[in-house]
Amino acid sequence: MTLTPVLSAFWDDPQSFTLEGYSRHGGYQALTKALAMSPDDVIALVKESGLRGRGGAGFPTGMKWGFIPQGDGKPHYLVVNADESEPGTCKDMPLLMANPHALIEGVAIASYAIRATHAFIYIRGEVTHIVRRLQQAVIDAYAAGHLGADVDGSGYALEVVVHAGAGAYICGEETALLDSLEGYRGQPRLRPPFPATHGLYGLPTVINNVESIASVPAIVLGGPEWFGSMGTEKSKGFTLYSLSGHVKRPGQYEAPLGITLRELLDLAGGMREGHELKFWTPGGSSTPILTAEHLDVPLDYESVSAAGSMLGTKALQCFDETTCIVRAVLRWTEFYAHESCGKCTPCREGTFWMVQILQRLEAGNGTEEDIATLLDTCDNIFGRSFCALGDGATSPIVSGIQYFRDEFVAHMTGGGCPFDPVAATVFAGAPA
Amino acid sequence: MDLEMPQAPVDYSTIPPLTEQTRLEAREIIARYPKARSALLPMLHLVQSVQGYVSPDGIRLCSEELGLTKAEVGAVATFYTMYRRRPAGTYHVGVCTNTLCAVLGGDAIFSSLKDHLGIGHNETTADGTVSLEHLECNAACDFAPVVMVNWEFYDNQTPSSARDLVDAARAGNPPAPTRGPSRLCTFKQAERVLAGFPDGLANEGPAAGPASLAGLELARERGETAPPFPDGTVPGAVVQQQKDEA
Ligand SMILES: Cc1cc2nc3c(=O)[nH]c(=O)nc-3n(C[C@H](O)[C@H](O)[C@H](O)COP(=O)(O)O)c2cc1C
Ligand code: SF4
Ligand code: FES
Repeated sequence: MTLTPVLSAFWDDPQSFTLEGYSRHGGYQALTKALAMSPDDVIALVKESGLRGRGGAGFPTGMKWGFIPQGDGKPHYLVVNADESEPGTCKDMPLLMANPHALIEGVAIASYAIRATHAFIYIRGEVTHIVRRLQQAVIDAYAAGHLGADVDGSGYALEVVVHAGAGAYICGEETALLDSLEGYRGQPRLRPPFPATHGLYGLPTVINNVESIASVPAIVLGGPEWFGSMGTEKSKGFTLYSLSGHVKRPGQYEAPLGITLRELLDLAGGMREGHELKFWTPGGSSTPILTAEHLDVPLDYESVSAAGSMLGTKALQCFDETTCIVRAVLRWTEFYAHESCGKCTPCREGTFWMVQILQRLEAGNGTEEDIATLLDTCDNIFGRSFCALGDGATSPIVSGIQYFRDEFVAHMTGGGCPFDPVAATVFAGAPA
Repeated sequence: MDLEMPQAPVDYSTIPPLTEQTRLEAREIIARYPKARSALLPMLHLVQSVQGYVSPDGIRLCSEELGLTKAEVGAVATFYTMYRRRPAGTYHVGVCTNTLCAVLGGDAIFSSLKDHLGIGHNETTADGTVSLEHLECNAACDFAPVVMVNWEFYDNQTPSSARDLVDAARAGNPPAPTRGPSRLCTFKQAERVLAGFPDGLANEGPAAGPASLAGLELARERGETAPPFPDGTVPGAVVQQQKDEA
């Protein structure tokens, strides 16, 4: 399978992030084209393209836009989810650093399509320079007339606000994000009603991931057939795969949906010298881990589900045989316990207790019963929590025990962790 | 859970007060939103940009400007990890210890910095120059292990590079971020950007770090591109500059 850089196609231009750089590479032509269409036709085009949300769940983007009630006389909002906090996920931030105007152009097109007068970009706070790039892109797009009272002379008016969060993974969950954007603690809302009718300030709102919206300009230029010439029947188009961990050349690889990890690893030069793949996440820590036996699973929504996990954010964290599964699972579980918003009991209490048990197991003081308790607790969290954070918290534990139960047991029988943490570091063998 | 250790008391007399200008800037933030309360998170960043933490005065200012009780503001401030209960150092150092960075060296970096600085998680050196924290995933896993200073990226760190980094910062001479402006700003300056007041440094620094370019460089080597658009242009190719006069 060939690489298909679209979003990343000119990141090696040192000025790729400026308005001038973006325009030189064809930027803002799609906006001109979209503004010449009716909003409904833009929605129909995105629907027909088959674009699915890149924020994790893979919901069809055009369909989401189509849910916005039309002619209701109310303000509509577009909210871009740039919270990117799912462990392993690292695509939206480099995209915004190198190519923020792709997002801004997509925001203008999407807002026009859903008849939004106001768009908000909710970006995680812990990335100063990316916030700067985004702020500048918005300033420059206003100055060029691509945003503001009369977008590119079309008579359509759009205000865009960049809003920095303040450190809370749960604010990536779309309804918690809305509460946060309204100035509250970021806690998920009960659904229904859905944001399409009762979103920001109780008004019709579309929430999309950065990569989803940034993909729209190319789809407008290329058309559905062009987009569908990449990817699979049900998972169409190009996307950013993020390789990290014990691989020779970690980084962003933009390819059609359906490429396999084996192909991506070949491109990335394989695992680091003398080591082999032990386990990996297909889409961040909330997606169950997979192993070397899944190297040939096509990385599209359907195939990864069939393999017992989820495509998620295409955050391919690859760990080699020097990595202790118990340590990895414990650390991820500590993350979920720390980030649980506390609204519902299964997640708040469950994640806390699972950390205690995993700590005991890692230290070599666990029992077989602890493993059973962990699985039982996961059973009580999964499907019984208020939002998907709870479900995600069970993924590393259940899949970790499924594939590496022996290793959990080895910690008990061996009186502790059999792994040398130094061997797993990138500077193993070098003086620290 | 993080137990906060007893620390050297903070000399609050050195904290600059919130001024009339702070209040005017808070109103500027409020004006960006259809509903005033949406301004609360950026306003708390603004408070930190002046005082280095969310002070009781900061909470009062937000409550007055937004018509909320202090308890309502406090409940929000305590929910988010970036809002500090004590002043951050001039250089706020965060070490990613989420699983991937931890395994690749983040745990070793964090423990080395703790020893080296003699402070723990969420503590500040006695001279007020450096505060330390361990972080969850900072969306830079392909540059692991990652250290952030004032939320600027220091990619691909080792324990020794991280020690050098904090030593240089304490000496007032920090190296430039890996992907960021040519000079590291202070914690308060960074918070001002997050409050929505640009500092003019957006165009400094690289467009992309090496890992961000891994796939693109390979595509170039192999002569691979996305399929051309119907008009024949390849996505991202340089196009004839259009007449763009308004
Ligand atoms: C705990 C949690 C965290 C999430 N974090 C993010 C995030 O950081 N970015 C994101 O785009 N979506 C995140 N999501 C998914 C969003 O809720 C939502 O599905 C997504 O923004 C929709 O955009 P899309 O349809 O374009 O994918 C998260 C979901 C959950 C449950
Ligand atoms: S599942 Fe966890 S994060 Fe989600 S609402 Fe419940 S406590 Fe909050
Ligand atoms: S795990 Fe450290 S940046 Fe993602």
